[in-house]
Amino acid sequence: MADFMQQPLREAAKAAPGWLAGTLNRGQAAWRETRLPTRKTEAWKYNDLGALQHTFTAPTAGRAPALEDVDYPRLDGPTLVFADGVFCPELSQLELPAGVQLVRFADAGAEQAQAIVERLGTAVHHSRHLFAPLNDATLADGVYLEIAPDTVVEKPIHLMWLSSGRTEALSVTQRLLVAVGAHSRATVVETFANTAADGVVFTNGISELLLSEGASLNHNRLHLEGGRAVHIGGVHALLAANANLDGFHLALGSDLKRIDIVVQHEGQGAHCRLNGLYLPRGEEQVDYHTCIEHAVPDCTSEENFRGIIGDESRAIFNGRIHIHPDAQRTRAELHNKNLLTSREAEVNTKPELEIYADDVQCAHGATVAQMDATALHYLRTRGICRAEAEVMLSYGFINELVEDIPCEALRDYLKPLLARRFARSPRLTRHLA
Amino acid sequence: MLKIDNLHARVENEDILRGLDLAVAPGEVHAIMGPNGSGKSTLGHVLAGRPGYRHTAGSATLFGQDLLALETEERAHLGLFLAFQYPVEIPGVSNMEFLKAAVDATREARGEEAVDSVSFMKHAREICKKVDLDQGFLKRGVNEGFSGGEKKRNELMQMMLLEPKLCILDETDSGLDIDALQQVAEGINSMRDGQRAFILITHYQRMLDYVEPDHVHVLTGGRIVRSGDKSLALELEKKGYTGLEEVA
Repeated sequence: MADFMQQPLREAAKAAPGWLAGTLNRGQAAWRETRLPTRKTEAWKYNDLGALQHTFTAPTAGRAPALEDVDYPRLDGPTLVFADGVFCPELSQLELPAGVQLVRFADAGAEQAQAIVERLGTAVHHSRHLFAPLNDATLADGVYLEIAPDTVVEKPIHLMWLSSGRTEALSVTQRLLVAVGAHSRATVVETFANTAADGVVFTNGISELLLSEGASLNHNRLHLEGGRAVHIGGVHALLAANANLDGFHLALGSDLKRIDIVVQHEGQGAHCRLNGLYLPRGEEQVDYHTCIEHAVPDCTSEENFRGIIGDESRAIFNGRIHIHPDAQRTRAELHNKNLLTSREAEVNTKPELEIYADDVQCAHGATVAQMDATALHYLRTRGICRAEAEVMLSYGFINELVEDIPCEALRDYLKPLLARRFARSPRLTRHLA
Repeated sequence: MLKIDNLHARVENEDILRGLDLAVAPGEVHAIMGPNGSGKSTLGHVLAGRPGYRHTAGSATLFGQDLLALETEERAHLGLFLAFQYPVEIPGVSNMEFLKAAVDATREARGEEAVDSVSFMKHAREICKKVDLDQGFLKRGVNEGFSGGEKKRNELMQMMLLEPKLCILDETDSGLDIDALQQVAEGINSMRDGQRAFILITHYQRMLDYVEPDHVHVLTGGRIVRSGDKSLALELEKKGYTGLEEVA
């Protein structure tokens, strides 16, 4: 395997707790066998991995990150903050409600370590996710969240990975393992953000969500990183019977983001909703690959991703729904809508349906459109200038999904952030005040 | 106020308006009637600056300003309002947000002070009531899923909020039942203040039973071929448009 990750691989082996050695060793062995994709690798054919042409180094503990310029949501609840890959206790809030365990791998007690080892990687198909072995191989630390059965956690649990933009290319391995006990309910927010500075950060992030019977998780993953940030990773969820996963995904653009979201319905009556937004501009690239595995009967999934692609940027959306032979009475929906706001913008959208059961309802649709000229004109006849009308229509295109975010504090944070995304002047977003 | 001289306009390489003349003075109500395809709606769209509607000759001025040289929004700032025959649905943009943006932009362009959100909402709710629209419509997407009648009421609401100087209503009466028609007419009448002028584009005479026009014009073949007072509308109702072409 390419040696751009030699230093982080060595450092992780030194820094990881001893009980993780098995995971690291397996990861390192698999990574050695991994070949970087080429344009002929179907699942990666639209991704330009040129952004990885650096020699990366692992985070250095004890170094004070400069986070003043980093914009991230402040949510009222347990919070863990990592800056430049290093845990920041002073920015974190560790008061935990009853029934919640939230611990870094580095601080895990013996029982927790055992629970982590048993569960880690169970949701990830390593052979299907090229960079997953690298995550294992460089896993010096991670976060474990366990919600006891029959627990309702009201406040969102927030995990943040911030980066300050250093001069040398930084490699950050992020790993979150969430186990929601039977009939429990919780909200998790993951935020990735950086400064506007042009530091190169390669984040390899994997979140595993294990939902027990009847568990309900609202999971939000915000990729707010811009500039030179590269993020390759994803979310892997396992749903037991009657579990309910409500996911919201957001990716602002950067040099490269490739996020795979895999949801496996393993118990009857499970349901998932995945909403997502991607908003690349400039020369940014965002790629969402989603895969819903319906392995058992009577499950439902609804997926709704929308993208606004500006300037010369590129977006990729690949939505796979795999309905196994036994998964009778599955109801699956997949919708992807794209708005191109410039002639040079590009989107590649592909629904991929594989259906092996006969009694199923499966609907899918993908659209690519430009700004609606009639709507633009209508707004202008009411005195609204073109620039403001364009902001209104852009925001209007994604508004429905923003309004659908269950966590109010998150919604309130995102609305102005997204409106600003389309406006070159603050007066253009005054209608959203 | 509005002066149109020998206006020619084209839509998709077809000449639709072919030498239209019209003068509207403050406070007047003009009705423009005519058969399908005569250019009635085109007149409204050309004056409002719709893309694809190209004027090829002649002129149109509003308060002495060359209307056709202005951007669409500048025409609105000057006081022009076109109530659409087919109001556009804009999912994702709430009606309230849209109305506020429109009023803010218009006031700013006219050098008037901005209205704070609370007084604006209050005012918007009052007008909602006046046009008999449920206040729930303020929160919905612009015209999204509105019935034909609700869309027309929403146009009327925008007109009342923006307080334009010249209102062009493009077949605002079409598709309305008699109760809705009366309400829309009441709304228009309530805005008549001796200064504000109206151009009612309509197929039928029935709207004019409720909004009494000062002048009635017959538009056919892209020109006004006959003008008269309200009795002309009644005559048209009886005789139809046939035979009017020759008069020109």
